[in-house]
Amino acid sequence: MPSEIVNKYFRTNKLPQIWCPGCGHGIITRAITVAIDKLGLDRDKICIVSGIGCSSRAPGYMDFDTLHTTHGRALAFATGIKMANPELKVIVITGDGDATAIGGNHLIHACRRNIDITTIIYNNNIYGMTGGQYSPTTPKFDKGTTVPYGNVDKAFDIPALAIAAGATYVGRSTAYHTQLLISLIENGIKNEGFSLIEAISVCPTYYGRKNKKGSAVEMLEWQKEHAVNIAAASKMTPESLDGKFLIGEFKNSPEPEYTREYQKIIDRLKKE
Amino acid sequence: MKSKARLMQGNEACVEGAIAAGMRFFAGYPITPSTEIAEFSAEKLPLVGGRFIQMEDEIASMAAIIGASLAGVKSMTATSGPGFSLKQENIGYAALAEVPCVIVDVQRSGPSTGLPTSPAQGDIMQARWGTHGDHPIIALTPSSVRETFDLTIKAFNLSEKYRVPVILLMDEIIGHMRERVELPDISEIEIINRKKPAVSREEYLPYKADDDLIPPMACYGEGYRFHVTGLAHDETGFPTNNPAVADKLYRRIVDKIEFHKDEIVEWEEQNTDDADIIIISVGGVARAADTAMKQLREKGIKVGTYRPITVWPFPDKRLVELADRVKAFVVAEMNLGQMVLEVERIIKDKAKLIKVNKVNGEAIYPEEIMEKIEEVL
Ligand SMILES: Cc1ncc(C[n+]2csc(CCOP(=O)(O)OP(=O)(O)O)c2C)c(N)n1
Ligand code: SF4
Ligand SMILES: [Mg+2]
Repeated sequence: MPSEIVNKYFRTNKLPQIWCPGCGHGIITRAITVAIDKLGLDRDKICIVSGIGCSSRAPGYMDFDTLHTTHGRALAFATGIKMANPELKVIVITGDGDATAIGGNHLIHACRRNIDITTIIYNNNIYGMTGGQYSPTTPKFDKGTTVPYGNVDKAFDIPALAIAAGATYVGRSTAYHTQLLISLIENGIKNEGFSLIEAISVCPTYYGRKNKKGSAVEMLEWQKEHAVNIAAASKMTPESLDGKFLIGEFKNSPEPEYTREYQKIIDRLKKE
Repeated sequence: MKSKARLMQGNEACVEGAIAAGMRFFAGYPITPSTEIAEFSAEKLPLVGGRFIQMEDEIASMAAIIGASLAGVKSMTATSGPGFSLKQENIGYAALAEVPCVIVDVQRSGPSTGLPTSPAQGDIMQARWGTHGDHPIIALTPSSVRETFDLTIKAFNLSEKYRVPVILLMDEIIGHMRERVELPDISEIEIINRKKPAVSREEYLPYKADDDLIPPMACYGEGYRFHVTGLAHDETGFPTNNPAVADKLYRRIVDKIEFHKDEIVEWEEQNTDDADIIIISVGGVARAADTAMKQLREKGIKVGTYRPITVWPFPDKRLVELADRVKAFVVAEMNLGQMVLEVERIIKDKAKLIKVNKVNGEAIYPEEIMEKIEEVL
């Protein structure tokens, strides 16, 4: 299966990718292609858009129509693509910094519009590409090159942010929980509206090293031990959830989609 | 579209021109004095099957029109100074990734928020050099309502032909002026569309230029499965760090405009044959220059006018010829001296150079130009 998916959906002549050994971004990228494969979509009608960062390099390796844009702006470019051709399935790949710092405003407005774009945020809790500066998802007291004495900022809870802003499909998984990740991405793409999947990645090179998290394998182990599926969490005591984080499907409630609603106006005007 | 005379605002003529040129997507964020362009687009686009969106800011608007253009739809955004500043990073993206699009900047007074409802021409240099790095750009400056219609079409045609962002550099005077105009029948309008690849997906190299230095352009959803990036890239469209490849790319995108400059540049001159003095101006100021010329001629002073229609690239060749035979040029502009720098560079010290500048939010009046000319005579 692995090589089959890679041969089918990756630009194999562009491999190996630029990511460090042990980087979680490759696992997430592969999960996206598996989800696309499972859905049996027409690959010529898929457009994958990204911003800037290690994560945003992913589309360059994926054999679809792909667009690598400016830092933070992937969702705004993607919105233009979807408006120009609503037939296209638009997928956005972005990082925690790209999506929630410089691109935070575009993120909440894309959620609010419920435009049919599936966004996968590769959250490694750090700015990987620029060498380990803290991001809006770096946990409090953790370290980065620009928080050498520990971070005093509070971190964003990305799914909570997306739900509050109006996204109609929201989920979270990790690089360790790939089967869940694949199914969330599948359902996200199926949802006709704005879907957001937070994929918790690992950056052993910067976040891991700065915070003494061990090797990539140890970081993935940590994900395995600390993630609790939202379905199971409801049956657990608050004490047993202490120090854990939730994964799973957080919201799935379809609402009218933006370009469809706009099309209704065009159709109505045609009749008048 | 019916060719019937009617009273129209410059900003409305811009939208009429854009739709005639084939614009089917507009993304914008309201800002005086450009807002009517967004409003008219919102009203008119769905009537022709097009789409309008009000984005969360100007950065997003610029990004959205690039995305839409890559998906094959002619796209435009409109703004004024503060928003024009915000668009700059993505204008550079369009220049490097060679994505056709039109950006309207209806100039208003001052840096920062300045005088929001007052005219100015302070963005002439920003239109040329606003985004970082060496890059190609075309900027057009209409000076009447009808010309706004024509130049908006030209802006789309040039952007499609050369795969370059084109700036329609208006000013508040032209944007808000109302004139009676008769628009041409749609059948009389020349429309240029981007060149499409003639090869299969396997053979398609998205950034391999033809002899004219312009690569054919596929669009998303057509099955070419190509990659576009703002990183330096080779002919395949994928990033490269190779200095020779990067050098070739940067030079080609600038050269593609430089090599076609004679086809691109446009200007208008009046009474230059016997002129001793030529007034150079663009946009709203050109109307005052016209009046000043006529009144001075009545007094027997031989004045002509020279009006760049493409302010970038600047129509320099003709100016060099004129510099050999006139005594002085008067450069009148609603800024503290931007276009004059270009004129100075072109005419060297062949003729005297007189500046008329105004930045208080008021238009330049014909009398102010006349006074300056009479003063130096
Ligand atoms: C306008 C702008 N500001 C800053 C940068 C520098 N920059 C590049 S990537 C990046 C952070 C990326 O972090 P993230 O989105 O979390 O992606 P990661 O590399 O961690 O996958 C920054 C700050 C840039 N390219 N553009
Ligand atoms: S720096 Fe971190 S995020 Fe970037 S490739 Fe290396 S491990 Fe991955
Ligand atoms: Mg990151």
